[in-house]
Amino acid sequence: MHGRPRKSATPVDENASALKAAELRSLQSQFLLNHHNNIYTKEALELNAKLIEANPEFMTAWNYRKLAFEQSQSEADSDRIQAIIDEELRVVEIALRKNFKSYGAWHHRKWVISKGNSSTERELKLLNLFQKLDTRNFHAWNYRRFITGLKNISDEKELQYTTDMINDNFSNYSAWHNRSVLLSHLLEKKVEGYFPKEMFLKEEYEFVRNAVFTDPDDQSGWFYHLWLLDQTVKVDTPVLVSSWPTHGSEITKTTFPIILCFNEPVEGVSLHAVSLQIENDLFKNVTWSPLSTNKFNHGQTWLTHLTIPQAELNSSKIFQVKISSESRQGIISLSGVPCRPWSFTFTVLVSASHDLQNVEEHSLRRISVTDESFVKVDVNSNVADFLKSYLEVTSDYEQPAPSKWKSEMIASEIEQYRELLTWAECKIGKLTLARLLMAYDAMMSSDISIAPMTHVDEVLQLYSELMKLDPTHYRYYKDEYSLVFLKQVTSCKESLMKYCWQYKESNSSDITGSMCLRLNSLSLSQIGSFERLLWVQSLDLSHNQLHSIEGLEALQLLSCLNLSHNNLSSFTALDPLRFLKSLRVLDLSYNEIGAHTVDTRRYLCSSPLSHTLDYDKKFEEVANGDETVVNFWEAYSIFGGLNITQLDIMGNAAAVNERFMLFLVKLLPGLKWLDGEELH
Amino acid sequence: MAETEPYPPIDPTNFDLIVIGTGLPESIIAAAASTAGKSVLHLDPNPHYGSHYSSLSLLDLTSFLTSQTLNPQNSGTEDAPDHTTAVNVITRTIYSDIEICCYDDSVTEHSRKLNLDVAGPRVLFCADAAVDLLLKSSANQYVEFKNIDASYVCDGNGELVSVPDSKSAVFKDRTLKYSEKNQLNSFFKLVQGHLEAVRAGDSGGDDGRIVSNEDLDSPFGVFLEKIKLPPKIKSIILYAIAMVDYDQDAGESCKDVLSTREGIDRLALYHSSVGRFPNALGALIYPMYGQGELPQAFCRRAAVKGCLYVLRMPVISFLLNKDSGDYKGVKLISGQEITSNKLVVDPSFILTSSPSESVHDVSKVFDAGRVSGKLARCICITKGSIKPDTSSCLVIYPPRSLYPDQAMSIRVLQLGSSLGVCPSGMFVFYISAVCDNALEGKKALHGVIDSRFSVHTSGMAESSSADQIESTEVKPTLLWSASYMQDVIEGSMGPVVMTPAPDGNLNYNGLLHTTSKLFQKLYPDDEFFPETSNTETSEKLEDDSEVGIES
Repeated sequence: MHGRPRKSATPVDENASALKAAELRSLQSQFLLNHHNNIYTKEALELNAKLIEANPEFMTAWNYRKLAFEQSQSEADSDRIQAIIDEELRVVEIALRKNFKSYGAWHHRKWVISKGNSSTERELKLLNLFQKLDTRNFHAWNYRRFITGLKNISDEKELQYTTDMINDNFSNYSAWHNRSVLLSHLLEKKVEGYFPKEMFLKEEYEFVRNAVFTDPDDQSGWFYHLWLLDQTVKVDTPVLVSSWPTHGSEITKTTFPIILCFNEPVEGVSLHAVSLQIENDLFKNVTWSPLSTNKFNHGQTWLTHLTIPQAELNSSKIFQVKISSESRQGIISLSGVPCRPWSFTFTVLVSASHDLQNVEEHSLRRISVTDESFVKVDVNSNVADFLKSYLEVTSDYEQPAPSKWKSEMIASEIEQYRELLTWAECKIGKLTLARLLMAYDAMMSSDISIAPMTHVDEVLQLYSELMKLDPTHYRYYKDEYSLVFLKQVTSCKESLMKYCWQYKESNSSDITGSMCLRLNSLSLSQIGSFERLLWVQSLDLSHNQLHSIEGLEALQLLSCLNLSHNNLSSFTALDPLRFLKSLRVLDLSYNEIGAHTVDTRRYLCSSPLSHTLDYDKKFEEVANGDETVVNFWEAYSIFGGLNITQLDIMGNAAAVNERFMLFLVKLLPGLKWLDGEELH
Repeated sequence: MAETEPYPPIDPTNFDLIVIGTGLPESIIAAAASTAGKSVLHLDPNPHYGSHYSSLSLLDLTSFLTSQTLNPQNSGTEDAPDHTTAVNVITRTIYSDIEICCYDDSVTEHSRKLNLDVAGPRVLFCADAAVDLLLKSSANQYVEFKNIDASYVCDGNGELVSVPDSKSAVFKDRTLKYSEKNQLNSFFKLVQGHLEAVRAGDSGGDDGRIVSNEDLDSPFGVFLEKIKLPPKIKSIILYAIAMVDYDQDAGESCKDVLSTREGIDRLALYHSSVGRFPNALGALIYPMYGQGELPQAFCRRAAVKGCLYVLRMPVISFLLNKDSGDYKGVKLISGQEITSNKLVVDPSFILTSSPSESVHDVSKVFDAGRVSGKLARCICITKGSIKPDTSSCLVIYPPRSLYPDQAMSIRVLQLGSSLGVCPSGMFVFYISAVCDNALEGKKALHGVIDSRFSVHTSGMAESSSADQIESTEVKPTLLWSASYMQDVIEGSMGPVVMTPAPDGNLNYNGLLHTTSKLFQKLYPDDEFFPETSNTETSEKLEDDSEVGIES
């Protein structure tokens, strides 16, 4: 079934297939005639069976049989129905013998069986036959799950079946997969011996180790190992991993965003689930909305804007704000698990002489983000204190120390795979070790007695080796490398300080406002660890290899962003910018926007037909009847809702188009500077 | 000879070829010659087929082993009419030091239910030359096979561990360390890659996957060490997969050093055997009702092609041309003289020296074949299996695993009643080892017997069967045993062709190689079993893999 080279057709074969095609066409037209006229006689069904035997892929033919079945079912007695069912099963069996990967045939069989009345014993026998012929046939495995469900065969018994199949030949993705499905069921049902999960994980690690060590080049076992690793490190309940403002912090503005970052996408963040108290009074004028959601409308980051009520603004005053989710209902993960309760408090200092001068200044002068504009942050400055307390507080949000068995299990796996790599040059082994080490470090991060990220250098080394060893997957390793690197940068004050710079000419009273996080020239291809960067207002990501900025939308305070000299290839890749309402200064120069005909980031961006943007209507106004402007929809969808004052876009293929530049100017009425030139 | 029936006269009296003895090589030659259109007379002095390759009932086996003593014929030559000289032949026994012990008389009651191989242990590898020949000659239709369930190797502590002989066996194995699993399977892959490259005609050695010529010529043991396989793995590969006879670590004193080239071929044979037939799970198969079925299958094939069979018909002399000394024919015990162009005899024949006649140099037509070595063989009948729940299995004792000066590997084959060789509840064991002399050979045989079987002196062994099921530690009870030495005689290529005696190998490959060479010597212009014109049947057999194997 597998690994057999395809033989090219000989003239004899070609003749035969031409003859077959002619025969098939005639059968097909006769059948369609019957179908259109709703003829379900014995002869018509026989004709259909003949057609299906010749071409089991013809869905209409299967659907016709279903219609015929339903019609005769209403008329016939039970004996007759039994005969019809047997006939249907026979036809399916013939089709499967012809092509046992026919979707239509397997589906029809399921359909017939689910009508009841037939023995499932026979089905198991048939399955054993098919699974012997092709042990990996996922249709058969799928159908097996269906039948065992109907027959109430115990998951343990099926687990033994997968063990037997794997013993015969462990290079069987379907068997390993079924194993993971069955174990998940057993865990879910809390069957003795399979709950809690450490009961089976150890044995499973040992079982799959036999496969992986016997043939490290066979990927099937590694996939299962990855599932086991995920089962081991997975936190069962969603948790709040960070927020802005942070617990215990002090805010000096009257209007500011509140950001909640969870460890996985959740839903149900609402007034009902989250209480917001100002000075012990419940504040109800809050609307939580998720930033970039998945298709189930779950979001990992949630946002609201809080304005301290006007009535309170008369004099300088300190308000205490408490945000909490105490009930175990409301916020739930994709798999329906409720979020762990959490709460944090911060203070808002309202001064009577609050002015907006700084903001004004921003828009008047061109902001330059070059080395000359910055000075190094003094180690003893208040910036260092800020970062220290910020990171400490953020670490406190995270999960409690993991169970001992988890860290022991991962540690023992690390030891095993280190050994494997001493005698086998094996890319997936290196990748697994890198993942294990990261998992271990993440688990240990809540233990402050241990230095954070002890294995990070080794992990970065592994990814560097992988990029050389396996150039086909270079981009993946590069992305992982970048994420690990950023995890390290954000892990402690010392490492983060290296990338923090102070604006030379800044008179901002705000600590973070006068600071720029400069992650430039690090050859990063992706960015992450946003939950630890929520405070960033000015971010320099220039001279990297970024092709995506997914997740950047979490940085709601961002007002100045430098993305120049990267590999961003389309406007759709910039979709996260759409959510950054504070953004004023944006440098996109020297990217590849408009240079590629194929847009690989399209999935990120909304379509002009979906009318999902709240500023949708504006597009027609801006377009003003100009048909070519339709091509600028992506740019519109991103910038249309922003108030950018300074934009650099030169060095992109898209910027060569004059009409487009005019469109941009029209789209951004607040724009003062475009590509270094002042607009009038 | 109570009712001495008259020996039937044979008609016609002239053949292209006379074959004496119905052992496997003789039967194959008879079938090949018949297939090539020769007229063949196939004789055997015994009342059964198979000669030294036969499977016999317990009593027949005893008498076969012991009866093979000197033929009471008068030695010498005598003149016969028509310018011929008759040289009397005598048969020699190739067996010596026969010891038969019966520990439980009940076993003789089952004599007829036992099919005991004279030349055990021997099996077929699913992908070996014997299976190919059976398919090619269509002799496969007369014989059915069954799988040997398991294969074990004895480690230094006397434990029997499964031979991890394939990827899935390595995976399942619970005795190997993870590192050993990796090393063993990596080695399998190395060999596989090498063979693929060889098949693709890639002769370059730069690839790294391909074993260099220098390595191919080096001893296999040295090569395995070079690629850093640990001793345990090396021993498994050498003795339990490549089936080497002698201790490869013995250096200069090793009698038969296996080259890497040959070692890789043997590994390849083993691996292509695993899974060749969907209903045979392992690499090894065994003919139902015993090895004796194989020569019989070829005899039937020959008979279909017109070969004439006469059993119980000893030959008393060879007829030579008086003047030239060339072979002319044979004289049967019935007195009838049959002439033929060619003669093939089994290795038990020798000619009497003829002191009076110096004219006729007998050796000109007949070479008695070289005794190239000795084999210790043993047949044991037991109650109980060596491993619980295992009907048939092969057990290898690598050199030095049983006792310190064990210079050769000892092979043990256990067969159960499912193979039709013994009544249910009994097991037949064959043990063999190559050796220099009876002392060394018997030491090897007794080493296995003493460590694996228990002997009930009481004779009432019935009660033990229940215990054995419960405990894995209980040794099988020995009911009966026969141990003997066998001479290994190579075939000879004289004008009269002599076939080889059973060799010490586990499979038939060596014997078949010699046999096909003998056939080519006899009939240089004829093909050894030409591909049948009806290619469809032969292909179908290949595809469906129906060597009559039952699961």
